[in-house]
Amino acid sequence: MLELRGIRKSFGRIEVLHGVDLHVRAGEVHALLGENGAGKSTLMKIVSGIIQPSSGTILIDGQERSFPTYDDAIQAGIGIVFQEFSLIPYLTAVENMFLAREIRNGLGLLDRRAMRERARQILKRLEVDIPLDIPIARLSVAEQQFVEIAKALSLDARILVLDEPTATLTPSETAHLFKVMRELRAAGVALVFISHHLDEIFEICDRITVLRDGEYVGDCDVAQVDTDSLVEMMVGRRIENSFPPKPTPDPDAATVLQVSRLQLRRGGPISAFDLRAGEILGFAGLVGSGRTETVLSMLGEYGAASCQLAIDGVPTRLRDAADALAQGIGLLPESRKEQGLITEFSILQNISLNNYGKYAQGHWFIDFRKERDCTRTAMQQVRVKAQGPHARVDTLSGGNQQKVVIARWLNHDMRVLIFDEPTRGIDVGAKAEIYQLMRDFTAQGYAIIMISSELPEVIGMSDRVCVFRQGGIVATVEGDAITSERIMTHATTGKVDHVA
Amino acid sequence: MSHDAEIATSRKGKALEWLLHSPLALPLVGLIVVSILMGFASDNFFTLANILNVLRQVSVVGILAVGMTFVILTGGIDLSVGAVMALAGTIAAGLMVNMGLPGGLGLAAALLVGLGLGLVNGALVAWGRMPAIIVTLAMMGIARGLGLIYSGGYPISGLPGWVSWFGIGRIGVVPVPVIIMLVIYALAWVLLQRTPFGRHVYAIGGNETAARLSGVRTGRVKLAVFAISGLTASLAAIVLTGRLMSGQPNAGVGFELDAIAAVVLGGTAIAGGRGLILGTLIGAILLGVLNNGLNLMGINPYMQDVIKGLIILLAIYIGREWR
Repeated sequence: MLELRGIRKSFGRIEVLHGVDLHVRAGEVHALLGENGAGKSTLMKIVSGIIQPSSGTILIDGQERSFPTYDDAIQAGIGIVFQEFSLIPYLTAVENMFLAREIRNGLGLLDRRAMRERARQILKRLEVDIPLDIPIARLSVAEQQFVEIAKALSLDARILVLDEPTATLTPSETAHLFKVMRELRAAGVALVFISHHLDEIFEICDRITVLRDGEYVGDCDVAQVDTDSLVEMMVGRRIENSFPPKPTPDPDAATVLQVSRLQLRRGGPISAFDLRAGEILGFAGLVGSGRTETVLSMLGEYGAASCQLAIDGVPTRLRDAADALAQGIGLLPESRKEQGLITEFSILQNISLNNYGKYAQGHWFIDFRKERDCTRTAMQQVRVKAQGPHARVDTLSGGNQQKVVIARWLNHDMRVLIFDEPTRGIDVGAKAEIYQLMRDFTAQGYAIIMISSELPEVIGMSDRVCVFRQGGIVATVEGDAITSERIMTHATTGKVDHVA
Repeated sequence: MSHDAEIATSRKGKALEWLLHSPLALPLVGLIVVSILMGFASDNFFTLANILNVLRQVSVVGILAVGMTFVILTGGIDLSVGAVMALAGTIAAGLMVNMGLPGGLGLAAALLVGLGLGLVNGALVAWGRMPAIIVTLAMMGIARGLGLIYSGGYPISGLPGWVSWFGIGRIGVVPVPVIIMLVIYALAWVLLQRTPFGRHVYAIGGNETAARLSGVRTGRVKLAVFAISGLTASLAAIVLTGRLMSGQPNAGVGFELDAIAAVVLGGTAIAGGRGLILGTLIGAILLGVLNNGLNLMGINPYMQDVIKGLIILLAIYIGREWR
């Protein structure tokens, strides 16, 4: 029904899809599988006309088609339920379903009764009971998702793409979704299902296409594969040499930071871990598995249900990042532009942002000479390549920007550095430099937590790895046990103990 | 090329560079252009007496605009400054006239009122997590109402004679309010350009999340900028009370808008993070020159408001295209 052949897509000079095939038949649920960043979402955006492929063909019912806009894709019978919903929170289910396609009566006014009737029919077909007259925002996530599906069906979608629909659903909601999916399948709809949870794939899907780093790895019937072979298809056999050698772990290293109980959401899983001086503790898991929220909770910057932590054995409560800084804990956030840098500031101003205690004469005035000298030293330490300390940070490359964020913490009496996605959007050479810096820090006694969605990085850098799934740590592995298969298996199929 | 010529061109290049990139360039050009136009329109414009007069007229809004600059640089807004100023002036006058308090204590009370209400604004914005525009809009109503309640709606006059020094006194030829204004601008410049606090103000306007996550106590900084705004409102109250020689509960209606206009005309980004206090001074003077010139030309006051509005729109438009 839907067939893609040799789809390629480049952003600028970087090719992110290297000739991907996908063949979805009517009346099947087809899984699209791959790690974070494998290209699944990009591919689906191409199918729905949101972005255009650089080359390759799209066929529907054997006919070649192209979708210059999202609307063209809808006309061709494609419906997509995105990870982030495209619903308007203050409108009702009916209003959302008929947004921009409102049914009008003879006077050109809204024919609310007709729209309501049509909505009711569709929802009845899905066998879901959703209040039609309250704003979407007050519905549960699962209900909103059904509204999205109903919206797609109201447009006569014959091909329905569900992009990680189960990520935020409870098990019973997931079961209901699967029931609906089976009914649609029986009615001849072709479904594309994106999920990281392998057990779900085995439960609902008929066939699988696997992507890895934008490459088409292959497709197969679900009946022919097992978890191990799927994980191997997803992670492949990649060797990266850019990682500095790992030191032998010191069994006597002191525990710097101990988290004895951390629960992100009431009723969710409870995590515990400790961090030793001189080690890199990797936080692995899928996007949305709770890694960033966990570190933000430690710093008091995220409202976790509960968080108990001890620093050097002393129970402590951090209220905000400033408290954390006073205790020697610093965060290098996930998004440099949004959370790390003041883009209008110079390198110097960005580095000294949290350092003024040291440059202020009598705590009042900035000592500009000292500020400049300290900044120069810090820039040399992390090897920032720039015209000088007064260059604006938004003129720097991603790698140099990241080094600026790192340099901010060097002038303090730090013990713990938390790197959230330290090499995202950074070229290979700068990556290697940042890895080396991290090892230099641990050699000086810093303890590092590294959140990373890149498996090779987790494996190449971590002394120990905590694997997250659905909001909590499901496993901690160390030494030779740190393998991509092991981490992926825990991240995608781990059993979570739900404790109230 | 000779050495001297090289220096000359590099100096010329520097001047051009400054003109193209300094946030002060555009307001300054605007001020010069408007002043020249006014000079053509009225022979009296470029007299020392008139220029000092303009500066004296500018002083109240100019002082309000200092606090406003701090708030806007963090990405906030303070709509309550006009009402807070009126309340502070009314209470100071009331304490001096009705309670017989020594004048010094009355003026100190004015400062405390401004500082206190500014702290309330700041606490609600920083820790109450409420939007600045709503908090200060409410405070505008509250302060205005309190002033009317306290005074019964009538001006409180009969102040000791020396109070007028703050409003109409002179040191040499220079009016005292102008000196007060310039001193406040100088202090504000030091705070913004020479202290860690000032850098944090810009950082919060530039990227609050980044500032916060790097360990800046953003709540305290926001509290402080609203406190500064309250304080400058009460300093403006002292100047205004001295000029009017009475506490006027209805004074300063709409002054918050003039203060915001001065800040924006001075090149400060309304979203925060970018702008200079010197720009605000230029913006305030620009507004004053417009008022003065349009008066000298004898233009209908209703029309003057329309013209001022159009000029603000034009200035913002040019400012955006410039970058």
